Amino acid sequence: MRRILSIVAVLAALFLVFGCAKGEAKAAADIVKFGVFEPLTGANAAGGAEELDGIRLAQSLYPTVTMGGKEYKIELVITDNKSDKVEAANAGQRLVDSDKVNIVLGSWGSGLSMAAGPIFKDAKVPAIGLSCTNPLVTRDNDFYFRVCFIDPFQGTVMANYAYKEVKARTAVIVREVSNDYSVGLAKFFTDSFKALTGNQNSILAELNYNTGDQDFSAQLTQIKSLKPDVIFAPGNYTESALVIKQARELGITVPFLGGDTWEIAEFINVGKEAVEGAVMSAFFDNDAPITPMSKVFVAEYQKKYGKLPSGTAVLGFDGYILAIDAIQRAGSLDPIKIRDAIAATKNFAGAAGYITFDANGDPIKSAVIKQVVGGKFIYKTTVNP
Amino acid sequence: MDLPTFFQQLVNALSLGSLYALIAIGYTMVYGILRLINFAHGDVFMLGAYFAFYAITALLMPWWIGFIVALSLTALFGIALERVAYRPLRDSPRLSVMISAIGASFLIENLGIVIFGGRPKSFPSIPLFDTVVRFGPVSMLSVSLFIPVITIGSLIALTLIVNHTKTGLAMRAVSTDVDAARLMAVDVNKIVAFTFGVGSLLAGLGGIMWTMKYPQLNPLMGIMPGLKCFIAAVIGGIGNIGGAVLGGFLLGIIEILIVAFLPALTGYRDAFAFVLLIVVLLVKPTGLLGKSQTVKV
Repeated sequence: MRRILSIVAVLAALFLVFGCAKGEAKAAADIVKFGVFEPLTGANAAGGAEELDGIRLAQSLYPTVTMGGKEYKIELVITDNKSDKVEAANAGQRLVDSDKVNIVLGSWGSGLSMAAGPIFKDAKVPAIGLSCTNPLVTRDNDFYFRVCFIDPFQGTVMANYAYKEVKARTAVIVREVSNDYSVGLAKFFTDSFKALTGNQNSILAELNYNTGDQDFSAQLTQIKSLKPDVIFAPGNYTESALVIKQARELGITVPFLGGDTWEIAEFINVGKEAVEGAVMSAFFDNDAPITPMSKVFVAEYQKKYGKLPSGTAVLGFDGYILAIDAIQRAGSLDPIKIRDAIAATKNFAGAAGYITFDANGDPIKSAVIKQVVGGKFIYKTTVNP
Repeated sequence: MDLPTFFQQLVNALSLGSLYALIAIGYTMVYGILRLINFAHGDVFMLGAYFAFYAITALLMPWWIGFIVALSLTALFGIALERVAYRPLRDSPRLSVMISAIGASFLIENLGIVIFGGRPKSFPSIPLFDTVVRFGPVSMLSVSLFIPVITIGSLIALTLIVNHTKTGLAMRAVSTDVDAARLMAVDVNKIVAFTFGVGSLLAGLGGIMWTMKYPQLNPLMGIMPGLKCFIAAVIGGIGNIGGAVLGGFLLGIIEILIVAFLPALTGYRDAFAFVLLIVVLLVKPTGLLGKSQTVKV
């Protein structure tokens, strides 16, 4: 008797689970899934967290998308790519295979985006990169777009700054050699700096380190005897902060320049006084609004999180609202139509500037230059392409 | 390489090596007594750093009280870990305990991500340890002067405890034969707990020193130092406390030398450490100072 009862109970349970799953499937028809593909743990966790903040803010302001006169609720499917290229490919696969998202937002970190790019392309799921600046992310991939400028431009901006503002004639490069972003940006800086100085030997040395390294004393000791005018050290925020801290401990007083990945609170928290004076290119400044949406973003961000937005949160916001705009213009969830709608974006007013895509899926945007002064990122100037 | 550069690199190597040595001591001691490779050692190291961080920033303790509290908590955690994850498996094959250690390691890391968050934290600056000291052209952080002293101090203290105290005698007895030690009225559980407490305390001490030198904390920060110190312990002869110190220094010196003399190969710095591990295991599996043991069948 007991056995029969238990079988009945199991069957009832199965029925309940099955029934519920069916009910959910029905509801799913009114939902649009945005896959969030970000590093939430590991070396790049702070970058991913910033962008997720931007995306969540946008969702709280614009929770729905309208197609054919009908409102669809937007559901965020958040995956952690763990700051690791292998995990990034797994996370990307999960988003397209089991979560079946309609569009992907992310990632912070070009290498992570590049690891999952072919997966999104093969599955025909459109993806909007947020702050992945390496040109290879969108190249040969019709489904990958991005809302940030790219490294050839960023490298030129920083080389110009080094040459004209710092009046540097020699430089040393410190690269995070396992990071595609860092290697790419260092190369564009090198090319541009050599052209500006007219000296093929103006880069005195290229020194390498790995993501996750903590001790850079051996590399930096070599720089000390080279006596460059400037050090260009694009890389992850914590490693870069430790590089600068250890350089100052060794008595190296040369100015440090870097890229967009530095503009994260952790860079200053870890580097403290050592990173004072460090100069970096960045995407956006709260005090230099570009579009009407910029002001909305800054005001709403402060209301929701009680602090000023920093770093790349604005790009998470822009990626989200661009995705809504594209889906509404496509008027359908057909991935090809969404992709074509994104590609056809003209003068879309995001919070961090107007977006019009070129043939590769990259927007032309201006960069701002910031410097760490008094423990804050202070706006210096805007550079237009 | 000119002379100041050479001396600076030497200082860099010794300060990195002494840090490796400090963490390797605890690793090797636990192995020496219990024949257990405690893969969670690196994660206990991480916890030590976080405990100190929270004691100082959240509970606003002066740094030295914060350190004492953090070290006590780390030691207690080590004892609890042994009670929960290793003691129930003491009579099981060694492989089961090792798998349990790997599981404990993953559990602590992921709990760390959930509790402490994935974003890195920065360790507060303590002036005594965070001052730049210069000797002519050579400069270093003051914490780098303390670390070798603490390492050598721990080495001497542990050697004295193991060789010249009643507890040490019991530890050696447990190491030789657990059952025989129990028959000789040695409280095995107490001795094992004590060993784990001391081993974890040393891991915590290493964690605190590490974060003062490299002031950023994240829940996965213990993985690489844990592996490096495992390598250091194996090079020196796992189970041998003096060997761990020797191995730690050697590993630090080799890592700095690779970057100093072969800058093009910097990206393979970690790979060199693991190649070294393989070479040692192939050529001299007992390590530099380890004794070869005959296995009783």
